[in-house]
Amino acid sequence: MVQDCCAAGNNVMILACSGGSNVGQLSNRAAVELTQEGFGKMCCLVGIGGRLKGFVQSAKDVPVIAAIDGYHVGCAKAILKNADISTYNHIVLTDLGIEENKDFNLSDEDLSRVKQAVVTACKGQKTAPETDTFSNVVGCCG
Amino acid sequence: MNIKVLGPGCPKCKQTEKIVKEAVAEAGVEATVEKVTDMLKIAEYGVFGTPSVVVDGEVKSVGKIPSKQDVKNWIGK
Repeated sequence: MVQDCCAAGNNVMILACSGGSNVGQLSNRAAVELTQEGFGKMCCLVGIGGRLKGFVQSAKDVPVIAAIDGYHVGCAKAILKNADISTYNHIVLTDLGIEENKDFNLSDEDLSRVKQAVVTACKGQKTAPETDTFSNVVGCCG
Repeated sequence: MNIKVLGPGCPKCKQTEKIVKEAVAEAGVEATVEKVTDMLKIAEYGVFGTPSVVVDGEVKSVGKIPSKQDVKNWIGK
């Protein structure tokens, strides 16, 4: 872990609503896989929701945020608003044509669409590591 | 006043510690500056990146080197 801390890191914080539906869980799965693939790093949205200072300050200081909501109730959006964070990329899965349901059967096809939508939303922003990059702490967000 | 610089010892973390110490000295405030390198302890603050600075238990900055003036503002000078 330590050796990764101040290596050239990734500048993208990925926040998923991780809610109790297929789209909520798709948001979670996409965030996990994008983290594993090195696109960004998933952080605890609930930590921001709980107003834990380290999480809130991290979200304010990170260059790029991808906030993934399952549908238009917009829990991630609401949490960020309550934390006075207004600059972020917002992806809503039902806007991608994925229907919300409670069966929790996640399809690989939908997962691919979600991941691609996140990458596209962040395109052109400071996502690539630079010398002055935001240095990641592996595992810091639980 | 207690100031903690969170980071495992990378150049940016060392630079942050240096800036914090200089700011404290210039401000003339009584403060202890502590370097936290233990990753588990760092994780307890919920920070997404290092270096991070914590003043009296409150996280002030994450993942970047603060300016000396930033630090002075945090310590009320």
